[in-house]
Amino acid sequence: MTETGLRPDQAGWLIASAAISLAPHVEHLPPALAAICALLLAWRGAIAAGKGRLPHRFVLLSLGTLVVGLVLLEYRHLFGKDPGITFLAGLLSLKLLETDSRRDGRVVLLLCFFMQTGQFLYQQGMLIAALALLGTTTAIGSLLALEGPPLAPKVRLASAARLALQGVPLMLVLFVLFPRVQGPLWGLPADAYNRVSGLSDNMTPGDVARLSESSEIAFRAAFTGELPPPSERYWRGPVLNLFDGHSWRAGRNDMASRPSYAAQGVAYPYTLTLEAHNQRWLLALDFPGDAPGLRYGTDFQLMSAEPVRSRIRLSLVSYPHTPVGLNATPRELREALALPAGSNPRTQALGVRIRQEARDAGDILQRVIADFRRRSLSYTLDPQPLGRDDADNFLFDTKEGFCEHFASAFVITMRAAGVPARVVTGYQGGELNPVDGTLVIRQSDAHAWAEVWLAGQGWKRIDPTAASAPRRIDGGLAAALPDDGHLPLLARSDLAWLRTLRNQLDALDNRWNQWVLGYNPARQKALLSGMGIADADWQTITALMAGACAVAMALLTAWALRRRTAADALDRNWSTFCKRLSSAGLPRAAWESPQDYAQRISTLRPDLADTVNRIATEYARLRYGPAGIAPAALQRLKHAIKHFHPR
Amino acid sequence: MPHQIANRLAEATCRIILGKEHAVRLALACVLARGHLLIEDIPGVGKTTLAHVLARVLGLQFQRIQFTSDMLPADIVGVSIFDQREGAFRFHPGPVFSQLVLADEINRATPKAQSALLEAMEERQISAEGRTWPLPEPFFVIATQNPAEQIGTFPLPESQLDRFLMRISMGYPDPVAERALLAGEDRREMLARLQPELQADELAGLFAAVRQVHAAPRLLDYVQALLAHSRQGPGFAIGLSPRAGLAMLAAARAWALLAGRDHVQPEDVQAVLPAVAGHRLRAADDAPLLPDQLARRLIEAVPLPG
Repeated sequence: MTETGLRPDQAGWLIASAAISLAPHVEHLPPALAAICALLLAWRGAIAAGKGRLPHRFVLLSLGTLVVGLVLLEYRHLFGKDPGITFLAGLLSLKLLETDSRRDGRVVLLLCFFMQTGQFLYQQGMLIAALALLGTTTAIGSLLALEGPPLAPKVRLASAARLALQGVPLMLVLFVLFPRVQGPLWGLPADAYNRVSGLSDNMTPGDVARLSESSEIAFRAAFTGELPPPSERYWRGPVLNLFDGHSWRAGRNDMASRPSYAAQGVAYPYTLTLEAHNQRWLLALDFPGDAPGLRYGTDFQLMSAEPVRSRIRLSLVSYPHTPVGLNATPRELREALALPAGSNPRTQALGVRIRQEARDAGDILQRVIADFRRRSLSYTLDPQPLGRDDADNFLFDTKEGFCEHFASAFVITMRAAGVPARVVTGYQGGELNPVDGTLVIRQSDAHAWAEVWLAGQGWKRIDPTAASAPRRIDGGLAAALPDDGHLPLLARSDLAWLRTLRNQLDALDNRWNQWVLGYNPARQKALLSGMGIADADWQTITALMAGACAVAMALLTAWALRRRTAADALDRNWSTFCKRLSSAGLPRAAWESPQDYAQRISTLRPDLADTVNRIATEYARLRYGPAGIAPAALQRLKHAIKHFHPR
Repeated sequence: MPHQIANRLAEATCRIILGKEHAVRLALACVLARGHLLIEDIPGVGKTTLAHVLARVLGLQFQRIQFTSDMLPADIVGVSIFDQREGAFRFHPGPVFSQLVLADEINRATPKAQSALLEAMEERQISAEGRTWPLPEPFFVIATQNPAEQIGTFPLPESQLDRFLMRISMGYPDPVAERALLAGEDRREMLARLQPELQADELAGLFAAVRQVHAAPRLLDYVQALLAHSRQGPGFAIGLSPRAGLAMLAAARAWALLAGRDHVQPEDVQAVLPAVAGHRLRAADDAPLLPDQLARRLIEAVPLPG
């Protein structure tokens, strides 16, 4: 075929494919580049609509330089996931602007397919998968449009969808049997895990407040029995022991393979599905019982042996009423009393004063709580900026703060009063999804509270936030704030339908996570052993996959050929006949009609004339005649050809 | 049997037009497919005689129009003359009002005159004096033109060429046929004696029989492949229109009927293709190809489906 310019419909398909492939990347492209891509696409669209012509090569070259420059400016190099994807996005948009042939169109579509794969480097959610499916279908449609005549987009999309659907069996085989590796398969080590937010092992006032704006899911918990009451839903994260006057940091924490306490009291068994956060701590409900393979810190954190780099599932049992730290070491207690000299002088003075008035440690605790309550501190998402001595400013001046201000000020006061205390961060509460009965804990549920050590009672959890805003603990973030104005949209309670929708989506997403993304090496192994293949190593799995692919392809081929009917049998026999004549030195030209062919052979080889004429006439009659292909006639022809051996 | 009748027609024609069986059969196929015919050749090879013979054997009412450069449309379609007795204009139908019109040397007339005839060919009716006059049924035009003569002629444009189902040329007769021609009777006298070969309604029956010739799906695939290649394949500047596709199929049906078959085979299509497509195709590289060579190029580029 001649290479003429693209038809408008072909250009339209290419632009649509590029747009769909680029759209999901807008989120992580540098804004300048995203804008350039959009402009280039719009420009190409205008050209396709007949306004203007394709730009000169020189223009493209300078635009290309601009893209490279932007990528270098943004990332300082061209390698790795982010620069690579950004670079490709720019190239794809530029390529469109010089595309006016089918060959270039195929290059564009190759890039589109690549960009769709690229989405999964960032996210693997259901929505992204759906988008990729849509993008793939569009790209297949574009390939069809490049090769075929102009058709209505609906018709074209339907045939593209049919083609994509035919790939489903192969996709399933590959999904189930492709040898699995732990963790992300691609990505450079530097950027494979960098987009993980959540708690960290130090806390400066303001950190948790920032987290509260994120509705990203931190983890999910599915309780097998009854749910613990809201006031017991404290999910323990990093314990912060060291204070430098401004920030809190984690102290010393030794690991053991068994908990240092004897679990007792009410038990709550549950399954925790923790999102990747690239840290070693696990967010267990206080206090987890013995579970194999996990580590227990001396500050009662539940830890994993390796950083959590992909979503994991844990089966745990919690005993909230277990007393812990009954025999804390003197060193531990000393650490929990340390305060940097000169920081927050007013708060320290308050602690010293209360110690002088109080009888014992328990009394100090009561008095500090009462004092906090008296100060009518208020709970707010965006507190006024505090100066150098955060706790002083919070307690005596602004009286507005988020949970970490409460916890920090409380612990400083307790320490100044001589009672060992420390800050604990983690998550509090969670929202029950009525659709599938799981408790969903989001980043906005991040919380900070305090623990004090009392002789004979061990470490006791005190939530200073509860003292001033008790509804934060019982009703969640939304209930604690005076008005809904500052809340993230999804945390607002008046939009009931939105919440229902979110719950539905979340339940679906959870299932997707469990069944699709959670399909890890262990699950693959379990599934295979369920099929009778125990202890499959990757070689076995690969062999299995190859075999299954071959079977799937064979079945697909058989299905595609299922319409092999009498018409095909007729063609097969005819082509056998022609092949035999061809070996005898009398090949048929592709365009030669049966009768003409027979005629030609008759003059060249009079000895064959009778048979050849008979067969050719019969074939042409069956092939083109109004009566169709009668089985008996077909059999006769088959027989005649079978015994036809010219030499 | 329709095909016997058709062959009787062919034989009768061939008795006068000697040694031109292929051209005669093509012309007959064109008429049976209800298309207009353009015969292009140098003078004296029997173009006009062929038209005469066809009119005679088919038993059609016949008129000849000799085209000249000073011809007016009224000379073809007719003219309104004031009738003094009736005191009104009366339309006097022109020579186009006959079943078979021989338009001799059509390229000698001005485009204005040419288009008067070509309009009639397409619409099968004449509009004059604000009224529409239907042309007789059936209505055929056999036009002749001389390709060698260039001075003072107006070549038909593509759009008008497209209205002719076929364009054929006669060529010189082979030596045997020429000898017979030289030795034989005067053609004019033979023509005068020639009796119609058809009964009153036999022609209509033939038309119906042509329409009923079966075209299998595989055959339609082949026709479509030919059309597609003429449009997209290399070597052709102008492809075949859908009308050309319909013409090709109709002509192939008529050809199959003449061959005594109830269905079309690829060789029928290939046989009529040079005549049907030759005047509609144009070589891409403007190669000086004869229409037959161009058609051959198309045929040999498209494999039979299956």
